[in-house]
Amino acid sequence: MNSPNHRLDALRGGVAPVDHNARTIAALAGNPGCDRRAVLDAAGIHKQSIAVHLGHPAPFGQSPFALDRARAFEELVKADGCAHLVRLLRETLGLSVPEVAYTDIADVGGNTAHQLRHTRTLAELRRAAEDGERSGTLFDHPLLKLPVAGHEVYLEPSVIAFQIRGRFHIVEIKSFAVIDGTADSGQVAAASRLSAVYVYALKALFRAEGIDPDRVSHEVVLVCPKDFANHPTATLLDVRQQLASLNRQLSRLTRIDRILDHLPPELTFSLEQSPAELARAIRTVEARYAPECLSACEMAYFCRADARVCGSVDVLGRATRDELGGLESIDAVLDLTAGDRLTSPEQAEIADQLRYVRAVYREHASAGAEAVA
Amino acid sequence: MVFIPLKLAGEAAAPLGAMVGTDPAEPHLLVVPQPRNRDLRFAFMSELAQIMLPYIEGFATAKETVSGRNERERYLDAPQVIVPGRRGVEFVRLLGRSTRFRRSDGPYPVDPSVPVLGQWLTFLYERGELAGSSALLAMTDALSLHWATGQSPMEDANLATLLAWISPPPGLTGQEAAAAAENPIDRPPAGPDTDPGFDAQVLQPAIRAYDASGSPALVRQALRTQLEPTWRLMWEAVDLMRALPEAASVAERWAIDRDQYTREVTRLAEGGPPRGRRDQAGPAAIRLWDMEGAQQSYDAQRAYDDPLVMTEHRAAGKAFTGEAVHVDADRKILLPGGKKPVPRPLVTVRTSDPVRLTPGKRVFSVHRRRQSGEIVEIDGDLIVVQLNDQLAKGAGVPTPGDAVCFTELDLGGRIRPGFPTGEETPWTHGGPPAAYVPTDEDAVEAWS
Repeated sequence: MNSPNHRLDALRGGVAPVDHNARTIAALAGNPGCDRRAVLDAAGIHKQSIAVHLGHPAPFGQSPFALDRARAFEELVKADGCAHLVRLLRETLGLSVPEVAYTDIADVGGNTAHQLRHTRTLAELRRAAEDGERSGTLFDHPLLKLPVAGHEVYLEPSVIAFQIRGRFHIVEIKSFAVIDGTADSGQVAAASRLSAVYVYALKALFRAEGIDPDRVSHEVVLVCPKDFANHPTATLLDVRQQLASLNRQLSRLTRIDRILDHLPPELTFSLEQSPAELARAIRTVEARYAPECLSACEMAYFCRADARVCGSVDVLGRATRDELGGLESIDAVLDLTAGDRLTSPEQAEIADQLRYVRAVYREHASAGAEAVA
Repeated sequence: MVFIPLKLAGEAAAPLGAMVGTDPAEPHLLVVPQPRNRDLRFAFMSELAQIMLPYIEGFATAKETVSGRNERERYLDAPQVIVPGRRGVEFVRLLGRSTRFRRSDGPYPVDPSVPVLGQWLTFLYERGELAGSSALLAMTDALSLHWATGQSPMEDANLATLLAWISPPPGLTGQEAAAAAENPIDRPPAGPDTDPGFDAQVLQPAIRAYDASGSPALVRQALRTQLEPTWRLMWEAVDLMRALPEAASVAERWAIDRDQYTREVTRLAEGGPPRGRRDQAGPAAIRLWDMEGAQQSYDAQRAYDDPLVMTEHRAAGKAFTGEAVHVDADRKILLPGGKKPVPRPLVTVRTSDPVRLTPGKRVFSVHRRRQSGEIVEIDGDLIVVQLNDQLAKGAGVPTPGDAVCFTELDLGGRIRPGFPTGEETPWTHGGPPAAYVPTDEDAVEAWS
C-alpha cells in the first residue's frame, strides 16, 4: 500500500493520470529544484484543473493561426513521401542519402492502438538497425515509450527518425522562420529541449532492445521555413546539453519517493476538497517559484501569490535574489538594512552593502527634498 | 511617433494591423483583413508609409552647421518612434527586412514608398541598437530606467502591469493594480503578439467574415479593441516620461541621433542601396566597436548625470564621493623625459565609500568633466588623487571643503582605430567580400 505508485494514485484522488508528452517532459528540466512541480507531474495530475480550482488559472493557449501554420508547414515538408526532406538532407546538409524508403507508422492496418503501433515501431527500428548500412530509411509517426516516475509513457512525436550510415537521427519540423540564417533563440531552445526528449526516448528504446544506444545521434535535424516564405530549410542541432539535463531530471523523478516520505500519509490533491483545503494540501509540498515559471508552469500564478504573501525575494526575479546573497524574505532585507537585526557572520558583507546604499539614498532623498523646498 | 504593430500568430512577420500616430487624439488604425494575402500586406505597408514617411522625412528641413574638426551640416530635429516593448522593436526590424529589398518595377511590383519605408525602419532599428540612441525606443525599457517596481524584470516587460505599478488607479496599491492589469480581456497584450483567446474567438470569425463578404469592418472593429487600450497606455507613459527633468547629457546624445539622421537622409537622396542581409566582416567590426563605445559613454553619462545611478558604482567600489580635505594646487613635477616641471596638483579626499580602486588607476572627475587624474595613494579613508590634465583650460582645481567625486567610468569619445577597407579584409575574416548588389531575387522574395 505504501509503494510510490499507490501514494501517487492517492494524491491524484482516484482520477486517471494525464499523459505526459514531450512538452511536459521537457518542461520538467526547466525548474528542477521545485518539489511541488515534481510531485504533481509524477502523479500525473492535471495542473491546470488544480490552478483553476485554486482560483489562479494560467493563461496558456495556442492561437488557431499558429496551429494552422504549423500543420500546413509539416504537410508541405512531408508531402510526396518526404520529397522536400530528402532534398534538404542531400543539399543543405550534404548527406549522401541513397535510395530512401518511407515508412509511416501512424496506424497498423487501420488500427491506431498505442500498443500495436509501439510494437510495430520496435520491429521496424530493430530491422533497420540490423540491416545497417544498406538503406537510409525514414520512419514517420514512430510511437516511443519512456518510463517517467515509474509510469510507462507513450510519446507521440510528430517527428521522423531516419537512419544514415548506421546512425539514427531525429527530424524535428517547426514552423518558426529562420531569417537570413538566424532564428529566435527562445524558440530554438524550446525545439532543442523537445528534440532531446525524443533522442532520449529513442536511446532508451535501443538500450532496452539490446542495441547500442550510441547509434542514436545527438545531432537533431531541425527543419524550419526559410526567410518569409514557406520554403523549408534544415540545420543540425546539437542537443547534448539538453540530454544531460533531461537525464538528471528524469533520474530525480524516479527518486520521487524521497519527497513523498516527507509528506503526510493522508495527503491528497483531489478536486473534491474546497479550494482552501486544496491550497493547504498543495502548500505542504514546497515550491521554488521564479518569474520564469509564469511562462512554463500552470501552477505559477498560485505560487507567485504565495511567494508575495510571505514576502519572498523570489518575486523580484533571479538576478535580484542572487544579489541579495542568501536573504530569503523582503522583510529580512529591510530589517538588515535598517540595522534592526543582528547579523550572522555570513550576512555581514551584504548587510554592510545594504546599509551603505541606504545611507546614500537618504542623503539624496533629503537633498532632493531641499531642492524642491 | 507612437507605433503599435500587431502580427499574425505563427508567422514570422505577417502584419495584422497597427495603430500609429503623433497625436493621442488621432490614432491611425491600419488593418490587414486577410493577413495571409500578400497584396493586402503590401497595401498595408504602403498605407503605413503614407503616415510614417511624411513624419520621418519632415524633419529634413532646417539645418545647423557644426564646426570643428569634422565640419558638417545637421538637421535641428530628428524622428523618434516609440513601440510598446522589445518584441515591437524586433518586429520593426523584420518589417524593415521584408520590405527594403522590394522594387516598384519588374515582377511583383510594390508601391514605391514601400522600399523607402523599409530602409527607414531598418535605419531606426540599427540606431536603436546603439546605447543612448532615442531613435527607436521600447516604452517598457524607457520606463524601467526611471522606475523600480515590486515585480521581476520579466513582468516589467508587460506595459500594462508596469504602468499599473507606476501609477495605480486611486484606491489600489501597485500590486493590486498590476494583478488586475494581467487580465488579457481588459488589457490586451501590447503586441506584436495577440492573445490566443482573442485569435480563436474574435479574430478568426472576423477574418472568415472578410473572406465571405469582402468587408473588413469586423476585422477593423476587432483590432481596434486590441489596440486602443495600449494606445492610451502608451500616451500615458509618454506623459510620465515628459514630466521627468531632462538629464545633462541628453542634448549631446540627441545630437548624435540628429547627425545619423542627417547622414541617412543624404544617403537615401543619393540612391543608397538597402543594407545587405548580413553585415560584411569590415562593417561588422566597425559596428561592434561603435556599439561598445556607445555603451561605455552611455553608462558613464548616466552615472555623471544622476547621483543615484552613481550610487550603484559607488557601492561597487568603482567611484567615490567625499570632501577635498587638502589641495596642493601648485605642485609641479618633472615628467620622465621632460625638461620643464609641469603642474600636477594633488587632491586629498576623505570618503566613507567602499573604494575598490588601486593606486595608479586612471580616474575622472565628475564635477569637472573631461578632467582626468590618477590615484597616488590610499590610506584608510583618505585618497590622494593627482590631477593630470585640463589644468590650463580653466577646469581648475577644487578648493579644500569642496565635495568631489571621482570614478573610473570613462565618458569615452575614443577615436575609432583604422579598420581595414573592404578590399583589405584579411583572410582570417574570409578575405575581401564580394560587393553587395541587391539582386532581383531579393526584390521578389516571397512573403507568405
